[in-house]
Amino acid sequence: MVKVENLKKNFGDLEVLKDINLTVEEGEKLVIIGPSGSGKSTLIRCINYLEEPTSGEVYINDQLVTKKNRSEMAKNYSSMVFQQFNLYPHMTVLQNLTLAPVKLQKVPKKEAENTAMEYLERVGLADKANEYPQNLSGGQQQRVAIARSLCTKQKLILFDEPTSALDPEMVQEVLDVMIGLSKENITMVCVTHEMGFARQVADRVIFMDDGNIVEEGTPEHFFTNPENERTKAFLGKILH
Amino acid sequence: MIKDLFDVKRWEAFLKVLPTEYIPGFIMTLKVALAGLLLALVLGVIFGILSTMKIKICQFLSRAYVEFFQNTPLVVQVFFYYNCLPFVIGGRVPKFWLGVIGVGIYHGAYIAEVIRTGIEAVPKGQFDAAYSQGFGYLQTMWYIILPQTMKMILPPLTNQALNLVKNTSVLAMVAGMDLMYHADSWGGDRNFFVQAYLPCALLYFAICFPLARLARYLEIRSKQIPSAKKAKGVA
Repeated sequence: MVKVENLKKNFGDLEVLKDINLTVEEGEKLVIIGPSGSGKSTLIRCINYLEEPTSGEVYINDQLVTKKNRSEMAKNYSSMVFQQFNLYPHMTVLQNLTLAPVKLQKVPKKEAENTAMEYLERVGLADKANEYPQNLSGGQQQRVAIARSLCTKQKLILFDEPTSALDPEMVQEVLDVMIGLSKENITMVCVTHEMGFARQVADRVIFMDDGNIVEEGTPEHFFTNPENERTKAFLGKILH
Repeated sequence: MIKDLFDVKRWEAFLKVLPTEYIPGFIMTLKVALAGLLLALVLGVIFGILSTMKIKICQFLSRAYVEFFQNTPLVVQVFFYYNCLPFVIGGRVPKFWLGVIGVGIYHGAYIAEVIRTGIEAVPKGQFDAAYSQGFGYLQTMWYIILPQTMKMILPPLTNQALNLVKNTSVLAMVAGMDLMYHADSWGGDRNFFVQAYLPCALLYFAICFPLARLARYLEIRSKQIPSAKKAKGVA
């Protein structure tokens, strides 16, 4: 589904990603962990070309992602859930969900609304369809954002620290939605600090530090016997 | 001066020319203001968007336009068009178009800045979200960024419209057949200055004061968060 080859990304003099190679299988649930500044977010933002790689290639479904085709690739293959939700504040929840299907994928409005209501039902927010995002709590906004990413029906969803901006009591409601999602044949790439979630849904975990993938393996491997010293140090700090 | 103000004969003279001089002038001013505003908006949107694109030449073009027209007097610009455009188009410029071009290009430079700051005030995450869904740059602008920008920039935009209306009066200096020109040419010839300029000012006020109130109203409204829409029969 996703293949990353020799990916490098610099911001000015700062090397954020140093030669990343990564393959994600279709339907795989991949969790990326690591300290802040290790390049996790930059990596997944390179996958859908929100960041332009300095060098190296990203393939989705064996097609090279370029500046030119990035819109087309996003439309057909990938969607994203952000730390700050990034719902469109001038639209109602329902309009947020139907904009891309109607305008980009040319789904008839009625059909798009029905699909949107189904997904809202699933994230437990059908009653908020006509609210504006600002009137929802953070957890509710993020669940709407997840529903929005589902409405376009792409096979790959990128999660960029979806629970990091939430109040603690709202984290679980969002994770529950994501856990529900993990039972489907959707490829999920999640940057997260939620180790319980990683343990529960991940097929594979990768640990990044300083722009490199330092260690990868099953969640079991990570939580029982991590090999790399930096991985151990990191997990020691966040697992209590 | 005070005597002039209460001179009934002069006011009678004014009432006589009101339909023949003032009303046509007022209509001309309105027409120029409306068409000028349209031109200013088009230029403002184009150059405002250009200045937010990450392409050097676009930014340069926009900067050059904004800086040049903001930092030279409107009067000079209008005199320039009045005297130089005939050589370009090979004939006299109709007064209407002279006014439209004058205030349109001048205020377009200001509106471009209003729009640029409006676009820059939209959080970057909005672009990320739109791109991640597969919207291209112009679609992102049209569906997602500009509607958010509109709410923020409507008050300053209304102020621009107000200033534009007032600035159409420079046309009087090139015999523009607008309200100020008619007022001046009638009253100035007869030394009826009070009767000439006071009603003239009131007519400008009649357009500008509602615009000023509108700007204030929009400013208050832009700070409110909309509440839920009334549900329409959604399945």
